[in-house]
Amino acid sequence: MSNKGLSTAHSVVEPTLGSKRFAMVIVVLYAVITLVPLVWIALTAIKSPPDSISYPPKVLFTPSIEGFCNLFTTRSRQTEEYIRSLPPPADACERAARANSMVIVSRSNYLPRFLNSLIIAFGSTALSVGLGVMAAYAFSRFKVPGKDDLMFFILSTRMMPPIAVAIPIYLMYRELGLSDTKLGMILLYSAVNVSLAVWLLKGFIDEIPREYEEAAMVDGYTRLQAFRQVVLPQAATGIVATAIFCLIFAWNEYAFAVLLTSGEAQTAPPFIPIIIGEGGQDWPAVAAGTMLFLIPILVFTVLLRKHLLRGITFGAVRK
Amino acid sequence: MNDRLGARLAQSTPAPLARHVRGLSDRTIAWLFIAPTMVLLLAINIFPLIWTIRLSFTNFRANRPNAELVGVGIDHYVSILSDPDVWGPMQATAHFLFWTITLQTLIGFSLAYLIDRKFRGHGFWTTLILIPMMLSPAVVGNFWAFIYQPQIGLFNYVVSFFTGIPPSSFEMLGSVKLAPWSIIIVDTWMWTPYVMLICLAGLRSIPDYIYEAAEVDRASAWRQFWSITLPMVLPFVMLAVLFRGIENFKMFDLVNLLTNGGPGSTTEVVSITLKREAFEKWRTGYSSALAIILFVAVFGLANIYVKALNAVKNR
Repeated sequence: MSNKGLSTAHSVVEPTLGSKRFAMVIVVLYAVITLVPLVWIALTAIKSPPDSISYPPKVLFTPSIEGFCNLFTTRSRQTEEYIRSLPPPADACERAARANSMVIVSRSNYLPRFLNSLIIAFGSTALSVGLGVMAAYAFSRFKVPGKDDLMFFILSTRMMPPIAVAIPIYLMYRELGLSDTKLGMILLYSAVNVSLAVWLLKGFIDEIPREYEEAAMVDGYTRLQAFRQVVLPQAATGIVATAIFCLIFAWNEYAFAVLLTSGEAQTAPPFIPIIIGEGGQDWPAVAAGTMLFLIPILVFTVLLRKHLLRGITFGAVRK
Repeated sequence: MNDRLGARLAQSTPAPLARHVRGLSDRTIAWLFIAPTMVLLLAINIFPLIWTIRLSFTNFRANRPNAELVGVGIDHYVSILSDPDVWGPMQATAHFLFWTITLQTLIGFSLAYLIDRKFRGHGFWTTLILIPMMLSPAVVGNFWAFIYQPQIGLFNYVVSFFTGIPPSSFEMLGSVKLAPWSIIIVDTWMWTPYVMLICLAGLRSIPDYIYEAAEVDRASAWRQFWSITLPMVLPFVMLAVLFRGIENFKMFDLVNLLTNGGPGSTTEVVSITLKREAFEKWRTGYSSALAIILFVAVFGLANIYVKALNAVKNR
């Protein structure tokens, strides 16, 4: 490596071709191995239930829509005579069910749980980013007594183990009638996310020169108008990135959801593991539910690439 | 627009005069802006915390809210701190913490070091590697339970393919020896990218001229690594360890879905003990005391660690 030092000043730190090749092979190998479980989820989702539990595990198989059918419906076993007496099947799912001597009884709870996840994730994100941007602006621009202590206090609320907080929240919500309600979960996730929102947004707002607002105020804007019309548009990228991080947290959260919700407000993460078929877990249906649940996050991850580092370190590392 | 504002600024009145021209004073706005966040945190975090502290001195049981409340003083704390059974979960947590952090730091740093070679397409592969950490640990962890199935799962099949061990001869989730490792593997799979990303930022923060100077001094590549690369990345590694440490101390979802503390109590980490005491045995008073002890522990450790981190940063 050191004999390259003679050519130009810049090539000193430029890795050699051989070391680049070696690095590439290892990194690509790691990436491929790390994606195997995810590929396996996708494959299992389009297997028929017997194919999903065959040994050795099948890589080549005839795709089946049973996983998705089972995810969205509940079925019951019926006698052959009863099934023969029915009118012809209306759709592919009905046909697949009848092939196994089943009929579709009703829709499953997956869709309502998925919608709960959406409502709670978006509701809590709106609330925590809304509150967060205001607090972040105040911390960034004004002399607030005990600022560092307040900022640390806000961060420390996130260090609490969720189970430890869940006990009193459970009791408090029972008193207030917020148990198993979407509003209760929105408030709870907002409280958890607001710390992230304040810390991230303060970093983003710190980067906007305060001369912009001061100039606007010289032009006759009030402080609030300057905040709305100068700071908020400048912070738009930061606000969107923060919102996506809040969304992802609320979307993925499990501990509070499994302890505090059971019906009305249950989100998808505690629901997916309990999808069962006849005689145990229906893995193609679980895989189908998992896949649909993960796709939005895959999209967001790609969108967030540039801000990922900042988001996961509470703004401590900005690149 | 910036130029116009800049020009304006140059000839503007001094800042103190410009303030208070119209509208609310800055002080009022500061409090108006901070208050809602504080109210939310006080209501959802601090009030319940105080409630927990109060309950920890009583025999309260959440499934019998109307039973007479009896104060028990510090009995719960004494019995937790002197109970050898509490050390089981503590040891399980320590074992889990030690191995996940060690593996994630080693693999994460190595990957970051390799990605920093900037080979063609490294951005694309980095994004792929990052995917697992963005996913829901519960939903993906649940699927790992399927991958670990001894008869039908992919994991045993792959192990037997490479080692020749019969696939049904071992059970990742069911055996006392392997169950802790089954969780460590999933956690490492999920969170190595996290450590990698932070290490990568550290590596990229080292300015080229330092290496150039070392090159002029004819320092060997090995020497450069130990006296430049490693010390300069260390604060970043410590930050990653801090975040992973706090998260994994609280670890609940993966364990709850993969083993639920079993077999027996071999993988019962403290969060699982807490869940069992609070939501299965309904010993609310006792579990509140345990929660407080845990919270103090996390908080204390995090504080010490942050101090150490700052010391390294300011070196």
